[in-house]
Amino acid sequence: MNAIPTPIRTALMIAAALAAGSAPAAAGAESETGERLAKVQAAVVKIFGAGGFRGLEAYQTGLLISPDGHVLTMMSPVLDTPALKVVLDDGRRLDGKLLGADARLDVAVLRVEAEGLPYIDPLSAVSAEAGTRVFALSNLFGVAIGNEPASVQQGVISIVTDLAARQGAFDIPFSGRVYVLDAVTSNPGSAGGVLVTRDGRLLAILGKELRNRRNNTWLNYAIPIAELRAAVDAILAGGVAAAPAEPPAKAKDPLSAGLVGLVLIPDILPRTPPYIDAVVAGSPAARAGLRPDDLVVSLDGSLVSSCKALAEALEHRDRFATIRLGVLRGRSLVEVELSVPREERR
Amino acid sequence: MTSMLRAIFVLAWFPAAATALAVDSTVLQAQADRIAVIERAKRSVVAIFASQGEGGGSGVIISADGYALTNFHVARPCGKAMLGGLSDGRVYDAVIVGMDPVGDVALVKLLGRDDFPAAPLGDSDAVAVGDWAYVMGNPFLLSADFQPTVTYGVISGVHRYQFPSGTLLEYADCIQTDASINPGNSGGPLFDAAGRLIGVVGRGSFEKRGRVNVGAGYAISINQVKNFLGHLKSGRVVDHATLGATVAFDADGRVVVSNILESSDAYRRGLRYDDEIVALGGRPIQTPNGFKNVLGIYPKGWRIPLAFRRDGQRRDVLVRLSGVHSEGELIERLARSFEDPMPIPKRGEEPRRKTPGGEQGEETPEMPEPPPGTHAPPAEAAMPEIVQKHYEDRHGYANYHFNRLNRQRVLAAWRGGNKPGRGDRPWILSGQTASGGPFRLELTGTGVLLELAGGRLEWTASGDFGHPVPPEGSGGMLPALYLWRQLAAAGPDQSGRLDYLGTIPAGGAGAPADVLSWLRDGVETWFYFDAAGRLVALEMWPDPAADPCEIRFAAYGAQQGPIPGRIEVHHGDEMFAAFSVEQSSTQ
Repeated sequence: MNAIPTPIRTALMIAAALAAGSAPAAAGAESETGERLAKVQAAVVKIFGAGGFRGLEAYQTGLLISPDGHVLTMMSPVLDTPALKVVLDDGRRLDGKLLGADARLDVAVLRVEAEGLPYIDPLSAVSAEAGTRVFALSNLFGVAIGNEPASVQQGVISIVTDLAARQGAFDIPFSGRVYVLDAVTSNPGSAGGVLVTRDGRLLAILGKELRNRRNNTWLNYAIPIAELRAAVDAILAGGVAAAPAEPPAKAKDPLSAGLVGLVLIPDILPRTPPYIDAVVAGSPAARAGLRPDDLVVSLDGSLVSSCKALAEALEHRDRFATIRLGVLRGRSLVEVELSVPREERR
Repeated sequence: MTSMLRAIFVLAWFPAAATALAVDSTVLQAQADRIAVIERAKRSVVAIFASQGEGGGSGVIISADGYALTNFHVARPCGKAMLGGLSDGRVYDAVIVGMDPVGDVALVKLLGRDDFPAAPLGDSDAVAVGDWAYVMGNPFLLSADFQPTVTYGVISGVHRYQFPSGTLLEYADCIQTDASINPGNSGGPLFDAAGRLIGVVGRGSFEKRGRVNVGAGYAISINQVKNFLGHLKSGRVVDHATLGATVAFDADGRVVVSNILESSDAYRRGLRYDDEIVALGGRPIQTPNGFKNVLGIYPKGWRIPLAFRRDGQRRDVLVRLSGVHSEGELIERLARSFEDPMPIPKRGEEPRRKTPGGEQGEETPEMPEPPPGTHAPPAEAAMPEIVQKHYEDRHGYANYHFNRLNRQRVLAAWRGGNKPGRGDRPWILSGQTASGGPFRLELTGTGVLLELAGGRLEWTASGDFGHPVPPEGSGGMLPALYLWRQLAAAGPDQSGRLDYLGTIPAGGAGAPADVLSWLRDGVETWFYFDAAGRLVALEMWPDPAADPCEIRFAAYGAQQGPIPGRIEVHHGDEMFAAFSVEQSSTQ
């Protein structure tokens, strides 16, 4: 294939993709499509949680990835509640528990108490190229309730590319390979929905709403399962938890940001993201390599999402404990270990 | 290479690349099929405008005589006379026929031809998620030559529910699609892959990006429209149905009655607070939305099966649906202006965009308030002559002309085939009752005489039917039989008000029958006529809050004229009497 010039190669690929698709007008093909969609829909769940304010809806979508109730979805404020509800395709309402999330990819795994559930094994996922025809299943606009199935949209993968996003209201810290779609999947409630090929094979998870502020365009994209596999495995293995199972008691001699030499940005918002404003020269933080503009995302494997949360988490640690801080620096996640040496008592 | 040279290089390759490609024949065939379907279907698509060319939306012709469906919110601002442009470039005058404001449907009639291209009606219950679908219409009023814009997508969901605005524009049991639906598409057709009409589009989910398609549009199902079609042709403003009860999830996730009116037919049939709804209209009910979906497809006055459970016992009954609005309330609501759910931006104006969330700008409301009076009925413009011939104004009706037309049609079919005889001659029927004894029934212009083995019953028409209406337990059998003869003998010259209601299945089953409603001396009576013009049932309500007297007529043919071979009288859940007619005279 290397000898063929790019325009022809691209044109040939598109023709091949078109030929592989079934003729839409044929009646037989339509009922097959319906059956395949029904199988996928059985594993799609509707998630209801926190929010309900304009711009921050209280619902999204998820995918059952094990028969024992593991649900793959996107991390979002919707999940930030102890009263998380997961509604299955057959209408059963189950309590959902957030098992963990990956700070870089912004994916989360929930757990519901049930057995023998219909699911799609992430290992069965395939990858696709530009031009592949797809279906997106999600509960956009919260149209479906109870046992009503998630909505189906059709489209084409426009391009497979790297996504670079920045911090912000709708933005995400994610950067990596995505499928950009020509279907309007960037909608309230779509996040965590599932992307499949026309014959029902798993491809990707629908991403969160993403808007380019400069030109007010919204990006419709989905994250390939291959990108998520390692993170999902880590969450399932208990690697990164969203919150500790039981908060430990406050330390008698607690740790603080100041003690390790960190100055965070002023905590003026209800949930100020814990950006490092300055690092005291010669401090444990400086020695560990932390820098201004780093964003603290985890402490000892637990996600921290605000200055207050970080301060509280540090208070539960002993002044001389060794801690692991995870920070987001530009596009990469950096983890450092540091501790206050006993001689530096103040 | 500079980008200019690179572009030339790419362009130079493409012609060669195009001739080298072989496209699979199934792809080409699919494309040819699509083109053929679109070519045929687009002929029935109408671009609807108000008489001065402003505003408008889309519509679809459903019969060769010119009846076309559109949205209520499209037809209403156009007024009584409007214009319809077809894909052949010709414009026709059109007149409003009937309106369904709750369901957002309107029926109009294009005038001037009897061979309009019509869309075949499909079966929306056969539509499945994932099926391909076309939407055709005039989004953004782009078309300058009435060629509809065609968009294509899949069915995203079926039996969806979209909440009303107040009590109007409720989309129950609707079809969801991701084929592009934009302002201007309202009222236009949703076709299946074979070009059959399966829905009328009219709403979309919009939120952050103003009123432009974001992949979720909704169409009223054609099966709902079929239930309402007779009612729309009656020229009336049609009301939707309520059971007289509301439902909600209980703690165990079952759908139970949360509220019920004691005056409702459902209550009289035995439904009580906290009963579990098992099925309605033949459909299993698993959510309150599902319940609303079933109710939303029926007009007021229909009877549908209801299955409910109490203490483990299941009961199946037939319930009569009452109206969502009280008498006159719907007409009054129409007089006020309402918000257009899909307003078309004026030429040169961008579709309203919301200020992006997250900034400190004010939030724009989800349904923008139109300037006052925007969608109130327009000022009277001169009505074209052809429309005047098909329009008659009367308070409370969309277009009384069609009510008169259908009333005359139904009466002519009944009387023409049955020759009721001279108005002053009594009707005399005799034969056997259900208990085996003989009966003689005499119906005159002044009253009723019924002679039975055990005695005689007499009733004289004097204005007041009496309380309770005789004979007791029948709901008013004697006056009902009297009215039967009166309608046949007096015909359209009867006193009181005779209206064409629409089509309703008699007894809640079978093909919908034409129904005439006669309001006389405060008593309303419905007469059901089958397709052959025979009277199959009569329902009389001396008391609107109680069960009617129901009379069923069957076994026509043996007797002369309008007299059937069998007459059954029902009241509530009981059969009160049955008569086998062996001899009769009406002359």
